[in-house]
Amino acid sequence: MSSNGPTGKEGNGGTDGGGGGCGKSDCGCVSRRTVMKGVGATLGTAAFARAIAPLTEWAANISADEFLQRHYKELSLVDLNIVLRRLEKETKDDYGAEVTISDPKPQEGVKFGYALNLSVCNGCRKCAEACHIENNHDRPSHQSYIRVFEMQKGTMDMEQGNVNYDKPVPQPDKFYMPVQCQQCEHPPCVDVCPVEATWKEPDGIVVVDYNWCIGCRYCEAACPYHARRFNWTKPEIPKEEINPDQGYLSNRIRPQGTMEKCTFCLHRTRNGRLPACLEACPTGARVFGNLLDPKSEIRWVLEHKRVFILKEDLGLKPQFFYFFDS
Amino acid sequence: MSDLPPTSPVVPRPFSWRSFGRFLGNAALESLDGGKVFYVWMICLSAVFLVGANAWAVQVRDGMALTNMSDHVSWGLYIANFTFLVGLAAGGVMMVIPAYLYHDEEMHDIVIIGELLAIAAIIMSLMFVVCDLGRPDRFWHLLPPFGRLNFPVSMLSWDVIVLNGYLFINAYICAYLLYTRYLGLTPNPRWYVPFVFLSIIWAISIHTVTAFLYCGLGGRPFWNTALLAPRFLASAFVSGPAFIVLAIQVIRQAVGRHFGDGPIRTLVNIMRITILVNLLMVVSEVFTEFYTGGAHTSSGRYLYFGLHGHTELVPWIWCSVGLVIVAAGLLLSPSVFTNPWVLNTACVLAFIGIWIEKGMGLIIPGFVPSTLHEIVEYRPSAIEWKVTAGIWALGLILYTLFIKIAAGIFLNRTKLQALPDIQPAPAPAETPSISATS
Ligand code: SF4
Ligand code: SF4
Repeated sequence: MSSNGPTGKEGNGGTDGGGGGCGKSDCGCVSRRTVMKGVGATLGTAAFARAIAPLTEWAANISADEFLQRHYKELSLVDLNIVLRRLEKETKDDYGAEVTISDPKPQEGVKFGYALNLSVCNGCRKCAEACHIENNHDRPSHQSYIRVFEMQKGTMDMEQGNVNYDKPVPQPDKFYMPVQCQQCEHPPCVDVCPVEATWKEPDGIVVVDYNWCIGCRYCEAACPYHARRFNWTKPEIPKEEINPDQGYLSNRIRPQGTMEKCTFCLHRTRNGRLPACLEACPTGARVFGNLLDPKSEIRWVLEHKRVFILKEDLGLKPQFFYFFDS
Repeated sequence: MSDLPPTSPVVPRPFSWRSFGRFLGNAALESLDGGKVFYVWMICLSAVFLVGANAWAVQVRDGMALTNMSDHVSWGLYIANFTFLVGLAAGGVMMVIPAYLYHDEEMHDIVIIGELLAIAAIIMSLMFVVCDLGRPDRFWHLLPPFGRLNFPVSMLSWDVIVLNGYLFINAYICAYLLYTRYLGLTPNPRWYVPFVFLSIIWAISIHTVTAFLYCGLGGRPFWNTALLAPRFLASAFVSGPAFIVLAIQVIRQAVGRHFGDGPIRTLVNIMRITILVNLLMVVSEVFTEFYTGGAHTSSGRYLYFGLHGHTELVPWIWCSVGLVIVAAGLLLSPSVFTNPWVLNTACVLAFIGIWIEKGMGLIIPGFVPSTLHEIVEYRPSAIEWKVTAGIWALGLILYTLFIKIAAGIFLNRTKLQALPDIQPAPAPAETPSISATS
């Protein structure tokens, strides 16, 4: 006999049985049983150890420091620095690339907003491509935080949209609608996370601590905009393609088994630069800026254009807006 | 062993951690003795379990890409089984209610069969959650004070709490009842009846909270319905009793005693109602989905009829509907009380039917079409099937052992083995040890 789940129990039973059995054994059968049990327990344990051997290989890649790392919000500046250096070293060891991982903080008086002009977007997918490169996405899966939908003119029904279009763009009877994280004011993805691994920063950006996420994917189920991506496997990126300018909460290479999402390129935008998708857009369809600054371009767009937000009925108050030229 | 002076065997032994430890040891020992059938059964289950354990280890090492889940269908077979098993655990309470609320004496004697089922089912459901995690090594992030449990905002944190609570309540009740019997004492109602009532409320709560996991998501119209929690309960109160009815019959065979006709009758009467309530709720959901139509019903259309040529789930769900209807017919026929074949077929069909409906039939359509109306289908990969089979095998191993422990104590077998505890020289004629034939 060999039951492997309760091997611990078997051990107990075995020893106890030895004692109890001897006391009253009047024939050989009890001790034969005990012997059989011992053999069974040993075989079972050995088989179990073999079965879960891949776990040991995997655990060997997780350092004690990584395992014990505290939540981002609990790290002191000193701790954070140690973590950043460790992550840089891990990237070097795993991918062979020299990178700098920083942690730019949100600025006072800034709340980021993004607007996209559907009248001019031509569906070229340059933004999705730029995201793929900027954010160190897994190469084989062509991952990107942006999905561009080819929509039928005459309807806003997404059911008639198509992301896998392959005709030259723009098609005369279509318009194009890129969708990415809408940085909701009331983000359901944050509410559902059982371990507070994702939260909304003061400047409006919803971030994930990739070293705290347990990979339950509840947030992915909760997000109504299909904005979250899971690292189903360890990201593969050739060394020379790695973007070395990385942020802890944004584009550093994510560990296997954790959730990731668009961060409005916070490693750029918190340092006064524009998101990569905006810079890549050849049509000027994208407008990014500070919603709290009355003189910003985004404020001008929100005040003067015909603006709508996606799935407004859900009441999540996205900070991502779509508009048409009037 | 002989630290106590010899006393009369009728003097009940007082509680001590030492004797409790010896009780556990004896119980474990007892549970591992058995006939050929028992060993064959256990070895087969162990083999399946090993395959599953290996598949899981590989999945953790190489990433969840080995499953067929995707960013579109981000939960699959694991969460489907998890949901079903929470129901099974809650369904165990359908023995507890007649036993304690309606003082059904015969049910009272074997209510532990249902409580032990709840324990095994909760353990399995927790294992399914762990297997679904991308980072099981970070499990401790859930555990305060070092972790950060997002309570009370996240429904998943509620679920973690209620599931573990239910596990502990049932484990306590079972351990208390078995241990007192083992000591030769009469269980003191003060020490367990309050917990029994707590477990009744708690059983409802585990399944309700699990339903809230899904129906709280505004972006997924298929789940976002108030009917979800009641439907969960109705189906749980079919699958739980169905399993228990089958278990009672297997146990009767194994211990060679006939018992439980009255309880089986009660359980069948419960199922007759709950299975109809369940069907009624299915009909009312289907009506709402199809009569109104519109985009928010596309998941329902996908499930029952397929959407734009994507029909992966259609055979599953019709199979489930068919099984449940046939089971309902069998349960309602009078021969269910006279012909064990009718009864057993009904239970098996109902169990499988609900497993599909509360598993794949509930989880997958929530993701198809996706929130941006893309259609990506899902069919579990070999790894997922292996892990699933492994967890079920472990659950059955545990349940078998639990039942053997309980049977040993209730039939006064383990108790005899334990006598050295107070009697240094046990009578030689005491142990026709165990002879459970399967
Ligand atoms: S769009 Fe999705 S991921 Fe982004 S904040 Fe909203 S719910 Fe979260
Ligand atoms: S996948 Fe990660 S971020 Fe998302 S809910 Fe689970 S733990 Fe939180």
